[in-house]
Parts: sequence; structure tokens; C-alpha cells
Amino acid sequence: MKKAVKVKPLNFSTSWSYAPAPEGTEHVQLKDRYELFINGKFVAPAGGKYFDTINPATEKKIASVAEAGATDVDKAVKAARQAYDKTWSKMPAAERGKYLYRIARILQEKARELAVIESMDGGKPIRESRDIDVPLAAAHFFYYAGWADKLDYAFPGKRSQPLGVAGQIIPWNFPLLMAAWKIAPALACGNTIVLKPAETTPLTALKLAEILQEADLPPGVVNIITGAGATGAALVNHPGIDKVAFTGSTDVGKLIQKALAGTDKKYTLELGGKAANIIFEDAAIDQAVEGIINGIFFNQGHVCCAGSRLFVQEGVAKEVIRKLKDRISTLIVGDPLDKNTDVGAINSKAQLSKIKTLVNAGIKEGGECWQPDCNVPAKGYWFRPTLFMNVAQSHRIVQEEIFGPVLAIQTFRTLEEVVEKANNTPYGLSGGVWTDKGAKIFNVTGKIKAGVLWANTYNKFDPTSPFGGYKESGMGREGGLHGLMPYVKLS
Amino acid sequence: MATKTILKVKNIKVNVSSNGHEVPKSRLDVRKTYKLYIDGKFPRTESGRVVALKDASGKLIANVCRGSRKDLRDSIVSNRKAQEGWAKKSAYNKAQILYRIAETLEGRRAQFIDTLVQQGDSSVNAKKEVDAAIDLLVYYAGWSDKYIQVFSSVNPVESSHFNFSYHEPMGVVSVVAPLQQGLMGMVSLLAPMIIGGNVCTLLASEKYPLTAVDFGEVLNASDVPGGVVNILTGYRKEFLSHASSHMDINAILFADLDTEQKKLVQINAALNVKRVLDFSKEDIQSPYRILAAQETKTTWHPIGS
Repeated sequence: MKKAVKVKPLNFSTSWSYAPAPEGTEHVQLKDRYELFINGKFVAPAGGKYFDTINPATEKKIASVAEAGATDVDKAVKAARQAYDKTWSKMPAAERGKYLYRIARILQEKARELAVIESMDGGKPIRESRDIDVPLAAAHFFYYAGWADKLDYAFPGKRSQPLGVAGQIIPWNFPLLMAAWKIAPALACGNTIVLKPAETTPLTALKLAEILQEADLPPGVVNIITGAGATGAALVNHPGIDKVAFTGSTDVGKLIQKALAGTDKKYTLELGGKAANIIFEDAAIDQAVEGIINGIFFNQGHVCCAGSRLFVQEGVAKEVIRKLKDRISTLIVGDPLDKNTDVGAINSKAQLSKIKTLVNAGIKEGGECWQPDCNVPAKGYWFRPTLFMNVAQSHRIVQEEIFGPVLAIQTFRTLEEVVEKANNTPYGLSGGVWTDKGAKIFNVTGKIKAGVLWANTYNKFDPTSPFGGYKESGMGREGGLHGLMPYVKLS
Repeated sequence: MATKTILKVKNIKVNVSSNGHEVPKSRLDVRKTYKLYIDGKFPRTESGRVVALKDASGKLIANVCRGSRKDLRDSIVSNRKAQEGWAKKSAYNKAQILYRIAETLEGRRAQFIDTLVQQGDSSVNAKKEVDAAIDLLVYYAGWSDKYIQVFSSVNPVESSHFNFSYHEPMGVVSVVAPLQQGLMGMVSLLAPMIIGGNVCTLLASEKYPLTAVDFGEVLNASDVPGGVVNILTGYRKEFLSHASSHMDINAILFADLDTEQKKLVQINAALNVKRVLDFSKEDIQSPYRILAAQETKTTWHPIGS
């Protein structure tokens, strides 16, 4: 029998600390007030109402933003229709593609400014907005640009036609990236757009509107209207749109699916998730620990495909949890604009209170809660990276999407057991598998009912790679060849 | 005893019975009890209710089961049990089973033509329809090991991963057979579902329930595992609200719902984000019918550095 080796806990409270390394903001150009982007121009909302967008790390107002009412939505839809009829659907496909290439290039040129604004408005670490959100947004435009004049090769035996006007509603977790995911394929296929960004993170979409102007995109081809749920509902219910593309919670997704009953509008839904991240005994443990961290604490856990349910095979459970705690203790929680920051601010006060509610429910239901004793700033919305152990399948923190930096850990013995547990959820967006065996990767990923499976990695995205869920995680795919299908009709 | 014509053949008087078969005059024909088809068996509806199916002249053809919500639930339990095993069968195997259905149907061509005629079709149309349905099964059998090749992709991602997307069946699909075209309507919806690894509960056409139940016998005789296709007869109106609100059905497929029926289905579908598949405008022969009931799964497989 092996002698148990006592492992000393790592001590991180040394005199070494990181000096602040904040990204500069002097190059950022922001207006005090943003209007609606309709028909190529910034116009004041008919109702004259504005709301504040605030920096969740400081609780300070960044700008006031127009709130679009039903009249504005109508104006935007009409502008999109006119642009569709008169310009966009008549333009040679190759020219459409060239506009998309232009947009991609300007996004790259302005990458630094966009990254800083993204982190200010949404609270995500600058490391992520700089290295992931903005470059991926540009890459999406660049990828779909090339599809515009090659659609005949995408649908064997069929000809594709655009649908018309697409109403698109995007969430606050990846504001610019989600705008790119929605706009790029829709435009490549020849549709025009009315896009509504989330009310807590409208700024990069409005900066994108300026970029569209700079790219000389014909007026009305993309309209960007800001507002909250009521604006989104007015857009979904507008009779002048042909298609709804929504990314957000499963609850709202169901409301939209219901609202569209009895209409001929097509829809794609990219909804919530509660993904299983599965660690087998034969995995490279240190690599897996990094993957678990990235899976749940990337973007403060505000990720629909977050690996929020960790399944560890019993033989390595102790080791994984110990290493996980050690690694979490090194995470730097704080100023999103600091280049050393690992975990930024929670996006909004409302989201913070939702996370707290679910964490309290987890404690009440008997889960063992663990947090590192890191400091968080006094002002702003913060939540420490959190682990839950000793939880059951039936617990709310195991069943419900928390959309925050909270990981529920369960153990398993056999492959069959973990597959069954992983699939025991109404969601089916994503999953992760960690093992040294290639055959086991194929075996397990084949059995998990989810749209995206990562093996020995997690939270990877690419414009060529289709993304989207099974079951209550939504329908339709975004990205890649398969991401074209939701924006065409075939004949 | 329901007789239509009396013919004289070789001095023996024969009757033509209600199901079109010749029987000696002195013999009482054996009528068929039309039951449901669930899990490879032919149970009566648990509700004990029947619908009297009558011909144009108002004469009784048969008492058809009026399937209930409980029958639907039983059927879905059986579907769910059968789904993984069916999807896991090799593409070659599924192709052969679909081809086998065509073979069995060809052997029972006369029976199906007779039954269609009995339910009101002209014999010319009935013949055409049965032939077309057999050919359509052969068509879809051929797609079994090809549609994934046509629609899958290897995605050239920027990182060191082998990234690929392929298709998996949505799972349990409830299928509303069109009212018209008793055989073809049903086959054109079922074939693309099951060849893609889905399993189905079919609500038979109210106008052609006998053809649906007879088709269950064909499936039963063609190595289609129990639970892959279950067949219920009854009222569409009842079935629609039950099937669209059932929480363990992944998709609902139809081709001829009216606006109100469609709306009801779409509203209920939102309960569990059911996929709503409307084939009213889809080509009868098309791999896109198969694709419509598939999910796309994308896997990031490490390739090392």
C-alpha cells in the first residue's frame, strides 16, 4: 500500500504582489450620449428617453444611451426593409463580401479601443477582451465575408436566397463578439438587420455602428437600436421582420418561441447551459485543472457554455480539488482594465444578486461552499470564485444555470455513470472531456447530448466552428458552414 | 356481412368482402380488428374507445381505436427506450432495414391498394401511390450512409485541434400524418426521420387509419425494432395538444396543419424548446428532409503540437 504523502498547502501570502498594470484609456473616444443607429445615421429616440450604462467595476456612469420605443423599432425595421429591397439584395454577392472584409479590417485597426470599452462597459478582464472578444469578432467578419459569393457551394443541390430582414437580440456577456456572430452571417447571406444589444453593454455595438459608417455600408443595411426587454419584444413582434435570432436565457428564449407561434418568422435560439466538464483518472491533471479554471471562471462564468458542473473520477478527486483550490487562490480578482486581472467584475447588480441567491440556496441545501480569501474592491460588483462540493444532482446549483463564477463538483466511478449524470439536465449546449486516451474522447463526446464538445480543452471558439445547443439550450447553429443555414431559404 | 358484388367464377359463387378479397359465398369473412402499434406490439387503446370509420355511403368499414393521451405517453416511453439503440445501428444496417420495408410493402402491394380503395381512393390513384411510396422508401434507404458525408464538415480552426461537425438525430419525433394520401403522406414523413436515427410516434390520418395500422404490420415484418415507429389512430385535435406539450418529445413534424393547429403546436412547443418541423413546402425527395431533424455536434479533438 502506498504511504499517504502529506501535502503542505501552498502559501500565497508572501510579500510578493503584482504592481498595478492598468491598460490606458486615453485613446478611447466615447460620447456622453448615444443615439439610435437607424438608416445609417444616429437619431434621437422618438420618446426622448435615455438610460445610463455604467461601469460595473466602479459603479460610475459611462454614457447615456437612447431607449428605443415601438416607433423607433418600426423606423428601424422599415429602414432595413428598404435597404434590403433597394440595395442589399440587388448588390452582387462579391461586393457584399467586400463590405464585410472592410468591417473586419477596421475592427482590427481599432482593436485596442474596442477592447478597453468592452472591459469598461461589461467588467470583463482586458486580457480576455483584448485576446479573445475583439480578435474573434474581426475573424467572424473576415470568415463570413468570403462566403458571400460562394453560397452555391454551401447547400448541395439547392439555391439559397436571403430571408429578408433579421431582428437580432444579443446578450451582455460577449457584446461585440455576439454582434459579430449575428451580423456577419446574416449580411453574407444577403439579409439586412435590426440589432438590439443588451441594455447593460450597448457601447461596443454603438462603436460598431460608427465603424459601419466608416466602412460606407449602405444606410439601413444594419440598424442598431438600444433598449431593454420591451425594445426586444417590440422587435420580435414587429410584423416587418422575417427572422429572429436570439442569444440569451432559456426563459426568454421560450417566451420568444411562444411569441412567434402563428407567424411565418424563422428563428434561431442560442440559450442557456449547464455543461459537464468531465475529468477522467488518466487525464493530465495539471492541464485539466487549468481547463476547469478556464471552463468556469472565463468571463466571470458569464458564459452560456461554461463548464459549471465538474465531474471528477473518484481516484483523482482529492488531488484535483486540492490543486483546484491552490490554483484558484492565485487568481487575481479586480480591476478589469488591469492586464494581470484573471476575474473581473460581475456584469450588473441584478446579475450579482442572482448569483448570491443561487449560492445561498446551495448552502441551504447542504452543499459545502469554498471561496479563496482574496480581496475584492470596495466599489463595484464582485463575486469571488466559488466551489461547491458534496452536492446532489437535485440541488439547484447543479440544475440551474448560475451564469457566474460558481462551480459545482461531483465525483463518479464509471464512464456510463458520468455520461448519464452529464446528460441529466434539460440543457445540452456544451461539454468537456479530459483523458489521455483518444478512443475515450470519441466514446464520451459521442454520448454527451450537446452541440459543442471540447476534449482536453475548454471554451475554445473559432469562426469556422459551429456553435449551438441540443434540447433546451436552443436551436440552430452559429459559426462555420452550418451557421449559414439559419439565414437562407433554399429552393 | 358486407358484400359488394357477386361474381361467378368457374360455377362457384363468390362474394367480394369488405376488404376486397374473394370468399366463397358460403363462408363468413373474417374481419380485421384494427389496433394501435406500440413497441412492436398491437395493443388496443387503453381508453377502450373507438371511432367508427365509414365509407362515402355511410357504411361502417371498421371500428378504429381512438387513441388517448395515455397511449401517447406509453408510446413515447417506448420511443425513448428504442432511440439510442436504433441510432447506434450502423448506417448500412439502417439502409437495409428501410429497403426491407420497401420489399415487404411490395409484397403486400395488393392489400394496400385494396385498403386505400376501401377508404375512398380510386384504384388508379391507389396503385400510383403505393408504387411511389415503395420507391420513396428505396430512395431514403440509399441516403442512410451518405447524408452525413454530404452535410458534415471538418472545420479549419486556428488552434491545434481536429475540429469536426457531424449530425445526430434529434431523438423522439412526433409525426402528424397528412390527412390526404394515406400511404405516401405517412411514408414521406417517416422515412427521412427514421433513416436519420430518429424514432417516431405517428398519428395516423383520420381518413386513412387502416393504411397506417397495416403499415405497422409491414414495419413489424421488416426487422424494424419495436419502438422505432409507433402508430396511433384517433383524433388529430386531441393528439396535437398532447403531443406538442409532452416534455419528452424533441420535435414535432407535420405537413398539412391549418393556421390554428400550427399556432397551437408552436405555442406548446416552447414548453421544452421543441423543434417544429413543417414539411408542407419541402421536396418529397430530399436529403434536407433528413437534415431538418438532425442536431449538429461539433467536437474539438486535440492533435498535440
